[in-house]
Amino acid sequence: MVAANPEIPLARPLVSPSIVTRLHGLVVTVDHKKLGLMYIASALFFLVVAGLMASVIRLQLALPNNNIVAPDTFNRLFTVHGTAMVFFVGMPIVAGLSNYLVPLMIGARDMAFPRLNAFGYWMFLFGAALLFFSYIGAPGLSGHGSAPDVGWFAYAPLTGRAFSRGNSTDYWTLCLLVSGIGSLSSAVNVIATAFGMRSPGMTLMRMPLFVWMMVVVSAMMFIVIPPLTAAQIMLLIDRFLGGNFFNTQSGGSAVLWQHFFWIFGHPEVYVLMIPGFACASEIIPVFSRKPIFGYSAMVGATTMIAFVSMGVWAHHMFSMGMTSVGNTFFMISTMAISVPTGIKIFNWLATMYGGKIRFELPMLCCLAFLFQFLIAGLTGIMLAAVPFDWHLTDTYFVVAHFHYVLIGGMLFCIFGGIYYWFPKATGRMLNKTLGLWHVALFFIGFHLTFDTMHIPGLLGMPRRIYTYDPGRGWELLNLITSIGVVFQIVGIACLAWNLIRSLRKGEKAGDDPWDAWTLEWATTSPPPEYNFETVPPVRSARPLWDLKHPEDPDWKYE
Amino acid sequence: MINADRLNLPYTSAEWSLPSSRKVAITSLIVTESAMFSIFVVAYVYYIGKSLTGPYPAEVLETPIVSTICLLASSLTIVLAERSFKRESIGAFRLWWSTTILLAAVFLGSTAAEWKRLIVDHHLTISTNLFGTTFYSLVGLHASHVIVGLTLLTLVLVLSLKKSIRKADGERIEMLSWYWHFVDGVWVVVFTVVYVIGR
Repeated sequence: MVAANPEIPLARPLVSPSIVTRLHGLVVTVDHKKLGLMYIASALFFLVVAGLMASVIRLQLALPNNNIVAPDTFNRLFTVHGTAMVFFVGMPIVAGLSNYLVPLMIGARDMAFPRLNAFGYWMFLFGAALLFFSYIGAPGLSGHGSAPDVGWFAYAPLTGRAFSRGNSTDYWTLCLLVSGIGSLSSAVNVIATAFGMRSPGMTLMRMPLFVWMMVVVSAMMFIVIPPLTAAQIMLLIDRFLGGNFFNTQSGGSAVLWQHFFWIFGHPEVYVLMIPGFACASEIIPVFSRKPIFGYSAMVGATTMIAFVSMGVWAHHMFSMGMTSVGNTFFMISTMAISVPTGIKIFNWLATMYGGKIRFELPMLCCLAFLFQFLIAGLTGIMLAAVPFDWHLTDTYFVVAHFHYVLIGGMLFCIFGGIYYWFPKATGRMLNKTLGLWHVALFFIGFHLTFDTMHIPGLLGMPRRIYTYDPGRGWELLNLITSIGVVFQIVGIACLAWNLIRSLRKGEKAGDDPWDAWTLEWATTSPPPEYNFETVPPVRSARPLWDLKHPEDPDWKYE
Repeated sequence: MINADRLNLPYTSAEWSLPSSRKVAITSLIVTESAMFSIFVVAYVYYIGKSLTGPYPAEVLETPIVSTICLLASSLTIVLAERSFKRESIGAFRLWWSTTILLAAVFLGSTAAEWKRLIVDHHLTISTNLFGTTFYSLVGLHASHVIVGLTLLTLVLVLSLKKSIRKADGERIEMLSWYWHFVDGVWVVVFTVVYVIGR
């Protein structure tokens, strides 16, 4: 902890606390900053774990008729990889960023319900533990099964008692139930904090866009996580009490599971993606030295994405045989979502237009994000077209598309966010050379892997296959795809080394290294436990600009 | 840190009031719970008439008039309790609050009796057919919310009898009553779907 005011140094213990004391401090903490960092650190850890699982998958697929892992191990790998990446990497990063930043950005002391906040974190961690423990826990006494192997959307009737023996599916179900409760508690907290704890003068339309988008994401979670929870409860009833929800033999419907899952599943993509937008909306203006273009249009577009995204889920199910009315509806609603996303992309471009762009690491990540996300959106429109989707659903084209969204879109923004806010959280800058290596290598690796991956999909390579025969024209493409992974691993290693090294040896950041405009930069780096000694007055969306430029403040023009 | 006072900014401290975090949070919880209930309701409605074997709802279900009246009346008594709390007449508060608990208990008891009748007399369990699966899960989900509410209501009564509830806790009691109204509102939907449409 650093004293907020250098004239009044805080008493420091002469001996630094032992590791046990520190760990105990982490376990009992209800401080939003510590919890935020714990969320992010755990998420990065699971990113590495699930990333290594993906690497094994790519190793297996690098050559035809490969036999590096057994087929059932392969099924477990892609299931655990997908589940972990969505629920134990994406969701906790969202929760961590919003936990750390929302109170700081609105000038609050902590989240509205600190204990609920801690509860959310431990529920998430418990869920993650359940998922990974399934490798040893699931065989149990019956000796059947291991980790879940039903795919991350676990279609019925694969999950029925008859087809999934042992407890692997139960571990999957319970880990999602538990972590869903965790996500909901953090979402309740974000909304209650943003609505109920803003510092004087910060009206809703003066909130940083980051806070706005986190509010929208949290509101989305209220609507989209309960269907998943409900579906998991139904699955548990089916598996343990002999219920018939998804049991087709007694009249149940396997398609109902798909509806329930994707009512959650598609908005979930936006729950993960909008926090990426949130980071970009903070970073791009600061590094273009211009206020964000079209603040209210950004807020409106985010809200519109939230609404439209709830009415598009069945585009995952075009091949199920819906009516043509259903197909057309979901095709049009899916395409309609590109309107608000387009508004956002144009707003970011207009923010950069004529700005004095500083090509620092956060900005580089956001630039990569902008055009990668555009491509991801374009393949999304292709897949939204029903006849096109009939050809490409469940092929590697779809896999390439959603990895483009979540890695090329979300993860690059999160990288940007890490480079941008690391100095605030730790008081030290990340090393720029290492950072450049990370971004460059990951960028090359990402494009090698996922640009190439579209083509085997177009050539008909189905997703989730364990191996393939030579002579279909897939060999070279799969090899290139797998080679890209090597670059990504080295890139992530650079990031990890950079994070660990800069924690101790990074150059001192100061309170406001980027000359930014939102409230979190008005306190010390790292912020004291009480966040702000005095909260600067808020009279516009850029309170720190007003402080730094009393001759030309924003509030004159609002 | 930038010192705001030194920069001498034009800053008028206008009146600044924000919504209560508790109210925002309980509203969020209610939205979440509604989303969850609607999925169970959708499943119930979707499976109406799809059971391959009996017993069917028309044969075995009886409209639970008394328990419905009890549950809906408890929404009224909790409002009366809340008002007494605001007027600081603690005796009336305890009376109305206990009445609410009693009404909720009657509701739960009659659900239990209904389930016993269905299971023992009609051999309808959760695994018998689609009707059983959807009926017990929807009504059971609601009943579990009643149990949670009943526990919290009893907790408040105990705390009130131990005289450890102060006037400042008024908002907490109000939040509990919001939750209770929600549980009652859900029952209206469940009642309509299960006992009116589904029969």
